[in-house]
Amino acid sequence: MSDIWVLAEARDGELKRVTYELIGAARALDAEAAVTVVLLGSGLAGMAEAAGAHGADRVLALDDPRLAAYSPDGWASALAEQARAATPDVILAPATFRGRDLAPRLAAKLGVGLASDVTELGRSDGAVTALRPIYAGKALARVRVAGKPAILTVRPNSFPAADTAGAGRLETVVPGELTALAVSSGIEAAASERPDVAEADIIVSGGRGMGGPEHFAMLEELADLLRAAVGASRAVVDAGWRPHGDQVGQTGKTVSPSLYIACGISGAVQHLAGMKTSKVIVAINKDSEAPIFGLADYGIVGDVFDVVPALIDALRARGGS
Amino acid sequence: MNIVVLIKQVPDTASNIQNRVSDGRVDLEGVTWVTNPYDEYAVEEALRLKEKLGGSVTLIALGPERVDSALKEMLALGADEAIHVWDPAFAGIGLQASAAVLAAAIARLETTPDMIWTGWKGVDADQGLLPIYLAEALGLPHLSFVVSVSVENGRVSVEREVEGGKERLEAPLPAVLSAQKGLNEVRYASLKGIMAVKRKQIPVWDAAALGLDLATLPATRVETLSVERPPERGSGRILGGTAAEAAAELVRLLHEEAKVI
Repeated sequence: MSDIWVLAEARDGELKRVTYELIGAARALDAEAAVTVVLLGSGLAGMAEAAGAHGADRVLALDDPRLAAYSPDGWASALAEQARAATPDVILAPATFRGRDLAPRLAAKLGVGLASDVTELGRSDGAVTALRPIYAGKALARVRVAGKPAILTVRPNSFPAADTAGAGRLETVVPGELTALAVSSGIEAAASERPDVAEADIIVSGGRGMGGPEHFAMLEELADLLRAAVGASRAVVDAGWRPHGDQVGQTGKTVSPSLYIACGISGAVQHLAGMKTSKVIVAINKDSEAPIFGLADYGIVGDVFDVVPALIDALRARGGS
Repeated sequence: MNIVVLIKQVPDTASNIQNRVSDGRVDLEGVTWVTNPYDEYAVEEALRLKEKLGGSVTLIALGPERVDSALKEMLALGADEAIHVWDPAFAGIGLQASAAVLAAAIARLETTPDMIWTGWKGVDADQGLLPIYLAEALGLPHLSFVVSVSVENGRVSVEREVEGGKERLEAPLPAVLSAQKGLNEVRYASLKGIMAVKRKQIPVWDAAALGLDLATLPATRVETLSVERPPERGSGRILGGTAAEAAAELVRLLHEEAKVI
């Protein structure tokens, strides 16, 4: 039985869904694993309970006012101290901005290997193996992480969330000496209530075929009906129509939502790389030769200005999503 | 403000990498190499900081002979110096070893940098580990995915995009910073700049020059077993009829067949 740690992702005192996906990933790696969810911060009791309810056997809470503000080097020091003492076999962290900021610092402190942004996990000769998209998904690398603990950051939406409760035995520890150099003064939430493209289960994305920034209003309307994020192609971001954070593709975000609706996107290589692992792809484009149709599950050849409003009407007729 | 910028080369993002995968590996023979886009933002920001605060910009690239052209390209934009770090013994070393090599190169510079910038990841292996490994190797704070930066009283404060918001962080200098898209718009080289670097000899620092004992470099912990092509997605169905008919059929299929809404 292996000892697997899951580094939780939390925002505003609540665990994010990716934490539960990581518990699911730990069970997929080893059904018999003892799964410990690791929390850092100050005042963690509520989140500890949620972690147990979603499958954690144990919750390790580094609960200390000195950890109230996020610090990549400070949090990594506190984690390294615990990991050195307990030597887990595997540490899974979310491939979110925070996970990709924190986990490498921990790996460097422990002098162990880390595989980033993995989408599948396995084992071979006792070592952890993983599949990770490279070149934004134009190719997939199968890697082996030697040593203990093996650290992996796991892409959101890659594993189903664990759905059975665990014992959730809470252990609270106070870290020893702590220095924190880089310190966060907090996260200012975006004005929009829409999910972020990196986390969304459904993405409605627009390209140059949208004709101008003002026409993204209809994509936002469609997105809101589906509780979806609004994404964009590089051309649209470079033209200043949409913020950089919305860009899907090789120099933007690589996403794997359950549904990706591409509107007025022809499908440049670097865009397709970033979204081709979506479970279902819909393409709406007036050019029937557009490369995006080559990987769409459902395509509509037509003008986005006709099809998108029709889609909004059809969804309304069905009563939203 | 003395700034070091680390740059690397990657295959052009327009490359059809999937067609270059065979026998478990990617064949990069003949690919067009370009400066990693995120590193270009790092160079641009370093130049802007130098223009505002004075100081110098030193470029460092770890890689084979071909990176000389990337160093020249970035020098032409206005950087002061460039150093090419390479030794055949560095081929295939892991990222923690690369960080140790770069840390040794930085330690050898005449002036200790106040900031070390690089792109948050290379758009080839998409790992995003090197800046952070380097920060730990140098014992410095790291600030990742930076989209805006300001410096005051020996401290740096940055803003970065995170899921659904923006995060602010602060750290004392020196620090390692990694650039995210949105940080700036990169400039183009002037003809004068290009001509000036044309015949410039960029010094190459090898393991001996760095005083590195290769046996002490961290071992490679992550081994690539094989590289595969992503599964092909067959083209699906084109839904015909009027916009309204196609849209209604799409909603039905997404609900009943694909079960995603």
